[in-house]
Amino acid sequence: MTDLLKEYVPIVIFLAIATGMAAAMLLASYIVARQKPDSEKLSAYECGFEAFDDARSQFDVRFYLVAILFIIFDLEVAFLFPWAVALGDIGVFGFWSMILFLGILTVGFIYEWRKGALEWE
Amino acid sequence: MAEFFQLYVAPVAWIIGGILAITVPLLLGVAYLTFAERKVIGWIQLRRGPNVVGPFGLLQPIADGLKLFLKETVIPASANRIVFVLAPMITFILALIAWAVIPFGEGLVLADINVGVLYLFAISSLGVYGIIMAGWASNSKYAFLGALRSAAQMVSYEVSIGFVIITVLLAVGSLNLSDIVMAQNGGILHWHFLPLLPMFIVFFISALAETNRAPFDLPEAEAELVSGYNVEYSSMTFAMFFLGEYANMILMSGMTVVLFLGGWLPPFDMHPFTIIPGPIWFVLKIMAVLFLFLWVRATFPRYRYDQLMRLGWKVFLPLSLVFVVLTAGFLLVFDLLPVAGGGK
Amino acid sequence: MMVQAIAFYVFAGVTIASAAMVIGSRNPVHSVLFLILAFFNSAGLFVLMGAEFLAMTLVIVYVGAVAVLFLFVVMMLDINFVKLRQGFLQYLPIGGLIGLVLIVELLMVVSGWVVSPAGLKTAAINSQAIDGVSNTLALGRLIYTEYVYLFQASGLILLIAMLGAIVLTLRQREGVKRQRITDQLDRKPEDSVEIIDVKTGSGV
Repeated sequence: MTDLLKEYVPIVIFLAIATGMAAAMLLASYIVARQKPDSEKLSAYECGFEAFDDARSQFDVRFYLVAILFIIFDLEVAFLFPWAVALGDIGVFGFWSMILFLGILTVGFIYEWRKGALEWE
Repeated sequence: MAEFFQLYVAPVAWIIGGILAITVPLLLGVAYLTFAERKVIGWIQLRRGPNVVGPFGLLQPIADGLKLFLKETVIPASANRIVFVLAPMITFILALIAWAVIPFGEGLVLADINVGVLYLFAISSLGVYGIIMAGWASNSKYAFLGALRSAAQMVSYEVSIGFVIITVLLAVGSLNLSDIVMAQNGGILHWHFLPLLPMFIVFFISALAETNRAPFDLPEAEAELVSGYNVEYSSMTFAMFFLGEYANMILMSGMTVVLFLGGWLPPFDMHPFTIIPGPIWFVLKIMAVLFLFLWVRATFPRYRYDQLMRLGWKVFLPLSLVFVVLTAGFLLVFDLLPVAGGGK
Repeated sequence: MMVQAIAFYVFAGVTIASAAMVIGSRNPVHSVLFLILAFFNSAGLFVLMGAEFLAMTLVIVYVGAVAVLFLFVVMMLDINFVKLRQGFLQYLPIGGLIGLVLIVELLMVVSGWVVSPAGLKTAAINSQAIDGVSNTLALGRLIYTEYVYLFQASGLILLIAMLGAIVLTLRQREGVKRQRITDQLDRKPEDSVEIIDVKTGSGV
């Protein structure tokens, strides 16, 4: 096994242990505590009356827009990581290359702003 | 057989020991963070806080934990059972495994991976899953709305956290967390929070939003959403969300300390300060940042949702983006960039 | 070496199994959750190859962002699944046709696949640690200079995605009151408060 992979072994073991702990805690509580379900207890919380309909309803399209914009900016951040690390090596050309990239995206950002896509009401 | 032992069993046992050495103090820390929170807020509001169970109320968190443990696990009839139980587990597991890459001292790190910062960023971007899954699986309107708000909020502030991390990386030239700490060697004046002060503030506020803390605790706004996505949770499933959230708070403080406050390094590179071992400095700094979290909670009123989104997208995002460019330009012009020739 | 092999087969097996479950499971939310599992295991495969940066980027971008959008859509669109299944037969011919075309294309590509000897040689070198340089740094040295045109093209694609998303989803609502921070800050006491000197006992 290479040195690089050796560093990942603890993470895998940690993941296994954390999962085991979480499951054990839930299960232990489930066994130890007294379980006495009844239909009122098991109904979804609503202010004193029965739920009218399914809670999963349509919602404002803005939430999708936020998610899409997040993907785009997340990709931008992903492009910035190697750049930040390597900037010392790639110098002025690399810098301007990134500025152009960011400039293109800033055009989109300004459009978004002017269109009011970032407004909430 | 002996060879097998030496190759596999001994290192694995060593790793498991390390994991326990992180997890047990962490969970205790979480318990006493809730205690500290109640005490600090109590003092700020001229109350006493918990003071009945044990001396100075010190056993209060244990009593709380035990109470939650002995409660009935209620799973609503209309809920999706598997996802409902999975959601708190995911929150809890993510809050734990992120600690694998945090350096507590020089060489005192469980997994010293090359891309430590990315790992932390990835884990914190997954935190949103526990919440969306909980909100959806509960099949309750309050939980659903809370989850929706929370997801949009966490996602919005994550972008600025990403940009802030980039500014730090520009100055370090490595994604390894130990390298980031070592780049701040040489006393308090070399820590990143001073040259990058605006970014430090943006990071701290985004950390508040990312962990759904006051004044950004809209997902749990008890007045309107009766505690949001975890309204249907009880007993250990609720406790797990609770533990996960507070462990995330400690984690964000740890990230702040590693990125901006010099990790385990002493504030002055002189004799009386260098005697105290690194991990103690690290814990002290984390506690200081955590105190800020509590102080903010006791001081500021809750934000309105449109204000929160405005702050994230219209203030922090452009500000941190401009700062990335400025920092890069500054370092380039003055030839201060780290040239990572044969480095890690 | 054996541990590595076991890890590879576990990751690969879980990836394929969960990919099958993505199209196999009845509940679309479960599908997305399986998709996330598949992404995770692919990230594990990347790590096994030594491509740490790609592994983390896969998790950050696909699991942390793209799958969140998918979850948003399937969880909250309030799709009527019974209706959806009724339309299944109706779309079967056209769906089958597309599937057939894809299979033919895949077969053509795979049958024409020749691994060049040079490629084999580079594959033999583990993608990590070329002169002790981490692959993030190695990528950083290449993307922004060597492949600058492709890099800028990806910027343009992102721009188009952003514009498209806004054009498609943005609806202006009428009669909404918005907070104008600048107006609030511009307000001065002289404009809004009037001080009247009222004599005691006379009222206004």
